[in-house]
Amino acid sequence: MRLPLAMATIGLAALAGTAAPSLPAAAKDRVVVGMQAEPPVLDPTINAAAAIDSIVSGNIFESLTLIDDRGGVVPGLADSWTVSADGRVVTFRLPEKVTFHNGRALTSEDVRLAFARAMAPDSVNASKKIFQPIEAVETPDPRTVVVRLKQPTSIFLFSMAAGDAAITATETVEQNRTRPVGSGPFRFKEWVKGDRVVIERYPGHRHADRIRMREAVFKFIPDASAQVAALLAGDVDAFPVIGAPESLARFQRDPRFKVVIGTTEGEVILALNNARKPFDDIRVRRAVNHALDRKALVDGAMFGYGTPIGSHFPPHHPAYVDLTGRYPHDIARAKALLAEAGFPNGFETTVKPPPFTYARRGAEVIAAQLAQAGIKVRIEPIEWAQWLDIVYKQRNYDMTIVAHTSPYDMDNYVRGPNYYYGYRNQELDALMKRIDAEVDASRLHALYGDAQRMIAEDAVHGFLFQLAKTGVYAAGLRGYGQNEPIVQTELWQWSWAGQP
Amino acid sequence: MAFFLLRRFGTLIGTLLAASLVVFLVLEVLPGDPAQVMLGVDAEPSTVEALRRKLGLDRPPVERYLAWIAGLATGDLGISYTYSVPVSELIAERLVLTIPLALIAMAMTVAIALGLGLYAASHHGKPGDWGVMAFGQLGIAIPNFWFAILLILYFSVHLGWFSAGGFPGWSAGILPALQSLLLPAISLAIVQAAILARVTRSAVLEVLREDFVRTARAKGLSRRQALWRHVLRNALIPVVTIMGLQFANLLTGTIIIENVFYLPGVGRLVFQAISQRDLIVVKDVVVLIAALVVVVNFLVDVLYAVIDPRLRTQR
Repeated sequence: MRLPLAMATIGLAALAGTAAPSLPAAAKDRVVVGMQAEPPVLDPTINAAAAIDSIVSGNIFESLTLIDDRGGVVPGLADSWTVSADGRVVTFRLPEKVTFHNGRALTSEDVRLAFARAMAPDSVNASKKIFQPIEAVETPDPRTVVVRLKQPTSIFLFSMAAGDAAITATETVEQNRTRPVGSGPFRFKEWVKGDRVVIERYPGHRHADRIRMREAVFKFIPDASAQVAALLAGDVDAFPVIGAPESLARFQRDPRFKVVIGTTEGEVILALNNARKPFDDIRVRRAVNHALDRKALVDGAMFGYGTPIGSHFPPHHPAYVDLTGRYPHDIARAKALLAEAGFPNGFETTVKPPPFTYARRGAEVIAAQLAQAGIKVRIEPIEWAQWLDIVYKQRNYDMTIVAHTSPYDMDNYVRGPNYYYGYRNQELDALMKRIDAEVDASRLHALYGDAQRMIAEDAVHGFLFQLAKTGVYAAGLRGYGQNEPIVQTELWQWSWAGQP
Repeated sequence: MAFFLLRRFGTLIGTLLAASLVVFLVLEVLPGDPAQVMLGVDAEPSTVEALRRKLGLDRPPVERYLAWIAGLATGDLGISYTYSVPVSELIAERLVLTIPLALIAMAMTVAIALGLGLYAASHHGKPGDWGVMAFGQLGIAIPNFWFAILLILYFSVHLGWFSAGGFPGWSAGILPALQSLLLPAISLAIVQAAILARVTRSAVLEVLREDFVRTARAKGLSRRQALWRHVLRNALIPVVTIMGLQFANLLTGTIIIENVFYLPGVGRLVFQAISQRDLIVVKDVVVLIAALVVVVNFLVDVLYAVIDPRLRTQR
């Protein structure tokens, strides 16, 4: 047996050796970025998949504004903007030389048409609601866009950074699905479906001289252990969001890599069906919250990566209020509340976790935690398409675990009984209306604080933890962001150490 | 022979119709709305409705089934919901990976299995035979995805000879492309080879006991000559039967192996299509695989006739 194995090894080595010289030894100006999911199309304005934004937003396509690593709104395609005193008129100023990758100049008219497409009745833009406040778009000259709003809208400038609000060219709307044409620092090169998307530096970009990467490859690797192997084998230089938190300790010990832990906009909640017994009873919902041990959950399900939360708001935001102490882990109190609600011996229920690591692993830990308070949980795993249908649309569930990853998504709590939360609080509805229209930052933050408290007080869900952004990068890479305040992988600041 | 072919063609059509009906009905009752999957949780219900109309999902099921079958009959596989390109293009792009992968794996399977099986049978009861039997037992017991991970850890991560997965495309050259298919093909082949080696061994052993082998030996042929000239051919019928079944296994095995090595093949396509509810792609690929299996079984039947002249006259 030994000889054939040795021969096979030699044979493999010979075959492997032939391809080794294809690796370029010259100064690196190319980066391979690993991604868990492949985008279905490359046009962010017609499909909600986050995988689209993580490739094209800020690279191929530009939106009027950009979100920096700390969540602040900074100039994107628009150089600058002014907001009128009443907050209802926003005037964007476009830079002098902007061209689409097909060479045509981008003007204010392109902005108006892009918004018109997104707002049209037959539009399939997944974030149509961010355009709702717009009353009219005017273009007094080619470099000026005037947006009139129906009422002052606090998050308007933030939401204009979304991939859904990307400025696309009318003549390329059809081809953007597969061969996108934008105005960003990188232009599309090729898409080998199922394997990779390749983009290259756009020499006609107004900041082309500042872009260090000549080419970037996004490689799609869905399997968590394959992601680890690809990094270790050097096939991939970076994994901005790696699917295997248990592998991070190993990368931390390896000098070839740098592990970067940041924050995301993803609040992980144990969603309770407020419209269904027994979760229509606030005492039961509070009992669930007392029965949860968030620290143990983060340690057990996420290998310690994640920040416990007590309401539906990201801890890195300046308006965050720490409410994790509102329902301390207290089994006795949970049992007392259950007894008060008519369940002295607890009850049986189900949780339907979608196929994400945090949900599947979280469900097991949570089932064990709730069991201590007498709540017997049956775990019914379902896939994502089923989740969208059964849980989200039909609202046929008791409990589920899901991360809400959109920024400023507290407005979900005013979507009423037809939303899958099955929750309504008229006081909160009024408060959210005030938040929408408030343009003063400090007053706005105070109102956000009130909303967080109100949601926590009602114990709408079991609030669990904020998803961490767990990235692994080759040690020589520079310029990447730490956090993910909005889904994008902006490459224009990336470089290799020692690059001119 | 003409009647035989005609009957086979009838079987092909019947199987495909049955497969198409089953997959259509299963996907019909499977929860999950493609439009909702594409637009996510933030979309307004009216936007989802608009997309459903665009995709033609608002039409009644019978109408959709008939339209699909009529399309298939004329070679039109429809447009993918998620990728918005013709499904035929999508499948063609992926087949250039999956078919070579399955063929390489099949060739490896046959080479390893026949070699080991013949070796074991001709060394019946000796250490070499036990070695092969042990390998066979081990090969059958090992799941191919796990074996694939071992191969990656040793050859890609430890030795660094291969990339841990991915496919450069045939445009990058034959050699780099073949190189990226080698580890996946080995992981697919090893389990099948283990099974086939055991089948070959017992088939050969059985034939070795036949009277005509003794006669061959008696008229002066060496052991080796008798083995090659008389035993092998007679032992091939069960071996070829199993091979036909294994090809179907290899095709479905690529679904898992292509995911482990993140290869852009048909297996990965159908896996993604199921989770994204790209129903038209799922339906087309299932019918395609059913067609391939029927065709392979047909080839196996033809091979029987080549191997065993008696079967030719019977038909």
